[in-house]
Amino acid sequence: MTALGAPLRRIEGREKVTGGARYSFEHTPEACVYAWPVQATEGFARITAIHVDPVLAMPGVVDVITADDAERLTDADDGELMVLQSPVVAYRGQVVALVVAESLETAREAASRLRVEYRTGEVDSVLETGHPKLYAPEEVNAGFPTDTAVGDIDQAVAEADLVVDRTYSTAALFNNPMEPHATVATWADGALHVFESSQGSSATVEILATLFGIPADDITVDSQHVGGGFGSKGSPRPNVVLAVMAARRVGRPVKLAYTRQMMFALAGYRTPTISRIRLAANRDGRLLGLAHDAISQTSTIEEFTEQTAEASRHMYAAAHRSTTHRVAALDVPTPRWMRAPGECPGMYALESAIDELAHSLAIDPVELRVLNEPASDPETGKEFSSRHLVDCLRRGADAFGWAGRDPAPGVRREGRWLVGTGVASALYPAMVMPSSARVTAHRDGRYLVEINATDIGTGARTVLAQIAADRLDVDTDRIDIRIGDSSLPAGSIAGGSAGTASWGWAVAKASLALVEKLDGGDVPADGLAAEADIADDIEAMADVDRHAYGAQFAEVRVDLDSGEIVLSRMLGVFAAGRILNSRTARSQFIGGMTMGASMALHEHGVMDGVRGDYANHDLATYHVAACADIPDIHVEWLDEHDDQLNPVGGKGIGEIGNVGAAAAIANAVWHATGIRVRDLPIQPDSLVAGLPFR
Amino acid sequence: MRPFAYERASSVEEAVGLLDRADVPTRLLAGGTNLVDLLKLDVEAPRLLVDVNHLGLDRIERTDAGGLLIGATVRNSDLAADPTVRAEYPVLARALLSAASGQIRNQATTGGNLMQRTRCVYFMDAGKPCNKRDPGSGCPAIEGASRELGLLGTSSSCIATHPGDMGVALAVLDAVVHYRTADGPAVLPIGDFHRLPGDDPSRDTNLPAGAMITGVEVPPLTFAATSTYRKARDRRSYAFALASVAAAIDVDGDEVRDVRLAFGGVSPRPWRARIAEELLRGAPATADSFRAAAQAELESATPTDENRFKIDLVTRLVTGTLLELTGGVR
Repeated sequence: MTALGAPLRRIEGREKVTGGARYSFEHTPEACVYAWPVQATEGFARITAIHVDPVLAMPGVVDVITADDAERLTDADDGELMVLQSPVVAYRGQVVALVVAESLETAREAASRLRVEYRTGEVDSVLETGHPKLYAPEEVNAGFPTDTAVGDIDQAVAEADLVVDRTYSTAALFNNPMEPHATVATWADGALHVFESSQGSSATVEILATLFGIPADDITVDSQHVGGGFGSKGSPRPNVVLAVMAARRVGRPVKLAYTRQMMFALAGYRTPTISRIRLAANRDGRLLGLAHDAISQTSTIEEFTEQTAEASRHMYAAAHRSTTHRVAALDVPTPRWMRAPGECPGMYALESAIDELAHSLAIDPVELRVLNEPASDPETGKEFSSRHLVDCLRRGADAFGWAGRDPAPGVRREGRWLVGTGVASALYPAMVMPSSARVTAHRDGRYLVEINATDIGTGARTVLAQIAADRLDVDTDRIDIRIGDSSLPAGSIAGGSAGTASWGWAVAKASLALVEKLDGGDVPADGLAAEADIADDIEAMADVDRHAYGAQFAEVRVDLDSGEIVLSRMLGVFAAGRILNSRTARSQFIGGMTMGASMALHEHGVMDGVRGDYANHDLATYHVAACADIPDIHVEWLDEHDDQLNPVGGKGIGEIGNVGAAAAIANAVWHATGIRVRDLPIQPDSLVAGLPFR
Repeated sequence: MRPFAYERASSVEEAVGLLDRADVPTRLLAGGTNLVDLLKLDVEAPRLLVDVNHLGLDRIERTDAGGLLIGATVRNSDLAADPTVRAEYPVLARALLSAASGQIRNQATTGGNLMQRTRCVYFMDAGKPCNKRDPGSGCPAIEGASRELGLLGTSSSCIATHPGDMGVALAVLDAVVHYRTADGPAVLPIGDFHRLPGDDPSRDTNLPAGAMITGVEVPPLTFAATSTYRKARDRRSYAFALASVAAAIDVDGDEVRDVRLAFGGVSPRPWRARIAEELLRGAPATADSFRAAAQAELESATPTDENRFKIDLVTRLVTGTLLELTGGVR
């Protein structure tokens, strides 16, 4: 069939650009009221008094909920969701009260007038090497082991011809999807309906059921349209718990949306990371040893450990290996998933160190990577389902014009500009998660596909329609699709780059089951449906190593008058299995690379170490790359066939574009200037003193 | 955010009359690009907003002296696109275009631009100490997030910067701010308009209470055609200056006949670099003398650890900018 791979336009694109698509907060149930969170102004404190009476007396104020009188919640294994349960303040910006009012304006004003008194202590909020609170967690995010070791890394370091031993850091980064988190909650006859900006509402139902002690069957969560998430909507955040709590208490529907400023405390973010990388190599470029020791932060109410060193376990061959993760529980908001958690900051560090090693050995950085390509997973020995990293590097080098590159740093001048190029590898795991789907044939020749998948802007509806059309052997315009509703067959979250693989597998399986059921006969008058679930199929998968790979190339120009960096070219070549929609796939790759560029050169959450919050908590002071910063990004992919993945054959494309991009840019800045900056973002501060005069 | 009353003034006199009532905290609303943000953040909480967008102050006129009189509500994008401004005052057009975003420039006004407040992150967070917002509460920026803040003309009370670009260009053009109070019209030279904090950072300008800006006069400058604006920033659009340089130069052979220089992003006011100008007049138009002049101007700088890089940055910007204006590397 031709449906797969075609550059089909987004099914809901017209609705979105004409304003017809309704996002969560655009639903306004009759008689609804508005809730506004009051955030702690202290970072490590105990609430001693909240003066609710003057605020309750304001015209239009319906209620003020505090830890003194909020309903008791049942812990759903997420401390951030235990809102208004305790007088203890874990970080500045945590919710200490919720004001409910007849209008948004009144709620906002009342929230600003609510006087809260605290007994305060000294905030401990700055992550640094050697922080006394660092400890080894039982496991790190996604269930990966905390530490791994193969061979004897110390011996490898002692015996190698050359050792790179460097420390790299990444800044706190904030997901900042275009649509801030928002909830509209309605209780009716003991049942709960929620419009929620979520990356996966099936999971939200289960968590709300636990928190509020009601059957999951009594909860419906609707996430028809979601304006991005980048991981920050991958699990419920305080907004939905607050809105549901308030709606139950006041007996009316409640609307609650975060402001952009709230997003910097209440939505999750990427922890700052500090990575020490040790590479022990022989003169010929072969690695004897590879070690990655990563530290990150979490909050005092929830443990989240970024799996920063995970990628280093899989990338390069070396007989002696070691990885460790240590985390410190600080007086900060809880960090969470942000696009390629682990791989993104970890690969920045590893791929920067590889570049440093290449220079020390006088070996081309592409060739050094090729030289250390493993035949099977370098830590576990598992065979690869497919691994085409070398092909990505080679094809990228060709397309970018890498051949003949002068390796010397700081020597290419064009007027007032220094010019340089850099390369880095990328990898991201190819995962699938349990999902189920229903496909129904109708008498009019149309087919309805139903699955609680979520479209966070990726084009999920469109690609699922393509998969169904392919398996049903019909045109895509005969497919109707319903997603974003928890009453549909359960789908996995839109996360881990696994949405399309997981939902697509369920949709493909249900479609084939329907074809079999129809068996070429007529569709009954009331239609014919088939359902499928893939949990058992996932259990039965072979135990092999599945990753997508990529190669990132960048060219930068550094202004001698200012140290400003202009990203002038960017190329990404990816091997991510079958590409199911070339239009939406290209968008995701470009988006990931853009995010990586933004991390390399712009984004920087600045911790106020005295008060314990991210001080630059808006989009004017926290700089996300603007259009003017991003060149015409070129994306290519290999035609990769891997029959050990899932029936639709894709490895996932949401995150890999964000891996390695920052390293390629940082390596290019070094090549341009001869200045190695090991702390992101790279900005004029780090360069301006060391550049030659023009 | 607090409720406020809104009135649309129909004349400058009416607007000034409304401002003059001491019992009602009042702010003038023009583009609102900064004020509305500050209302939302509870940094500003006036009881009355007086809309001054409809007073006919949106024109750019030629003065008898041969300069320009720019109405207070001329939008930044209109001013930047004005053919006369582009031809005769490139420094002003370029400063305007380097500022904010296209959307903000379409909305922001000439008078409002001069009145914008610092973007210091402590000033903008009503839950934190700030001597400018809450006199006597302290300045956490000096020991805190100061990377983007000032190092010239700052004090131990406040290291905020005037964040604008337009004002820096106006400083080299010796612009004059026209305003009106209940007592009638008056003027302030741009160099006296913004004040240094000293021990009272709460007031940004020397504009008297109850005054409304009506326009900005730009006198003619014979060598304004060889002027420009360079801005260093953390991204290429929609970012305040880490540092910026407005420059106009008149060269006679290899010698500087006259020069005007001002810095942005480093001081509570557009910083007219008079020490550097003095050194450069009559000096050879070379990279070495440009650099030495910038360094001399920056000798009085009092940087924090975080913003010390601005000394190198301004020095490079000055040197590069003057080299560009005088025709390249010497």
